[in-house]
Amino acid sequence: MKSAKPNKPTGKSRRVKPITISSMIDTPSELTDGSSSKTAIVLMTRIRLARNLATMPFPGWAQPAQREESLDICRAAVVSAPQMKRSLSINVAELSELEKQILVERHLISRELSTSKGGSGAVINHNQAVSVMINEEDHLRIQVLRSGFQLKKAWNAINDFDSVLEEQLDYAFSSHHGYLTACPTNLGTAMRASAMMHLPALVIVGQMEKVARAVNQLGMVVRGQFGEGSEASGSIFQISNQTTLGEAEPAIIKRLGSVLSTIVEHEKNARAKLLETDSGKLLDKIGRAFGILQNSHILNSNEAMNLLSLVRLGVDLGLFPEEKRSQVDRLFIETQPGHLQYAQKGIIEPEKRDLLRASCLRSEFANFEKPASITDKN
Amino acid sequence: MANPLKCDLCDNSATVHLTQIVNSKVHKVDLCESCAQAKGVTDPSGFSLSDLLLKASLNPEQTETAVTCEQCGFTQQDFKKHGRFGCPHCYEAFTGVISTMLDTMHNGTTHTGKVPQRALARKTLYDRLTQLEDELSEAIKTERYEDAARCRDEISQAKQTHGQEPTR
Repeated sequence: MKSAKPNKPTGKSRRVKPITISSMIDTPSELTDGSSSKTAIVLMTRIRLARNLATMPFPGWAQPAQREESLDICRAAVVSAPQMKRSLSINVAELSELEKQILVERHLISRELSTSKGGSGAVINHNQAVSVMINEEDHLRIQVLRSGFQLKKAWNAINDFDSVLEEQLDYAFSSHHGYLTACPTNLGTAMRASAMMHLPALVIVGQMEKVARAVNQLGMVVRGQFGEGSEASGSIFQISNQTTLGEAEPAIIKRLGSVLSTIVEHEKNARAKLLETDSGKLLDKIGRAFGILQNSHILNSNEAMNLLSLVRLGVDLGLFPEEKRSQVDRLFIETQPGHLQYAQKGIIEPEKRDLLRASCLRSEFANFEKPASITDKN
Repeated sequence: MANPLKCDLCDNSATVHLTQIVNSKVHKVDLCESCAQAKGVTDPSGFSLSDLLLKASLNPEQTETAVTCEQCGFTQQDFKKHGRFGCPHCYEAFTGVISTMLDTMHNGTTHTGKVPQRALARKTLYDRLTQLEDELSEAIKTERYEDAARCRDEISQAKQTHGQEPTR
């Protein structure tokens, strides 16, 4: 069975210029351009809801024709929602490897969806703040992303969007178990609320493991930037709720919010303590990171993340101008392997990529002013 | 002892053995040292145990009578293999299997969050209309015309209050 929808919007159905993956990358997005001093420690907030159609088998168990049918039903409802007025609708199977990688690096689709066979899709709105994966583990994985610490706003937005979709879709729901999901770990609210946090001082003082353990005991999970199994490079961590059944969404969000606030406090304290007791060492770390970014010729993605992370800390401490934070946040994404290769329009070997990454960062940092404290000393 | 146990998560030999008795059923998890550490088994307060209990609940010592979901043909063996269910109906079919599992996995076993009001209202209306239509044809068949007229009125009233006919 062929999908009724074209893979990429052809533009004829839209009045404005159609969105493509390349135009999307050049457009300011919530993730890459939403930075402000309010987002110093919590880079972004994300909420996702899993939803399934009542009458169809879950994607992992469905026959190819059933997957196509679910895809058509879900996509029709999603693209007609006002939240998705200007959006990009894609069929995963028809994307190139690099295009998929870019969407993963932007947190718009998951790795799992990027490797799926036929009958999977995604719909992404114009500023990439709302995205829906279709036929990942569940029929629908709805995501709302907000820069900074905005759990409540993100919840209100996703709750409204979900209610709009519900007008058209019959969700699998039981009054006892709530929203029914393919994996029982998501049952109930089927909500995963998370925040991406930048915690360099806790990493430097070696307290991150302790924090992670304490957070675990409160029923929250700490992961690396790209979710399950990913490493926490650049001192960026994702913290989310573990349980989904037995508590209403606002209660989960409140609990997560208070855990996040506590972590923010700990990070602030660790920063203050570092400045008080070890400021020379801290400034040295930041200064060296800046020097390497300005002058190096080979940088792998992990090292680049860690250096950028230190410069970001420098912005927070007032060593670099405020507006540089969003540049760093953008570079966190643009120096990822997929983005680097996409910019060069082709697959590039890892060694060459490291050269390219360094050269990109050298030019980005060429006009960056020296850290304030170093300038002062000169 | 028989041949050494293999780790449930990889192929190394298992050196960490967890035994849990839930509802007088024995559940066992066998892990190698590195998986045990990775899963935080050495830290008994760690929350990651719930992941393991998911697996443990799939490995009951005594094999129970095989349950199959009549809607999608999914079996308990399939769940053991994939860790995911086949369709929404599986939650009813495997209710016995999942109840203890949910207890260890979540903060409660009953949903207290959002309810899809519109979808439920639509379903209630659909069920009501189906019932009224059945009653109507029954009334016509048995020539109870007053009842038939009442049913017809109730059907049009139900449709009117909801503004349109339900889609399903």
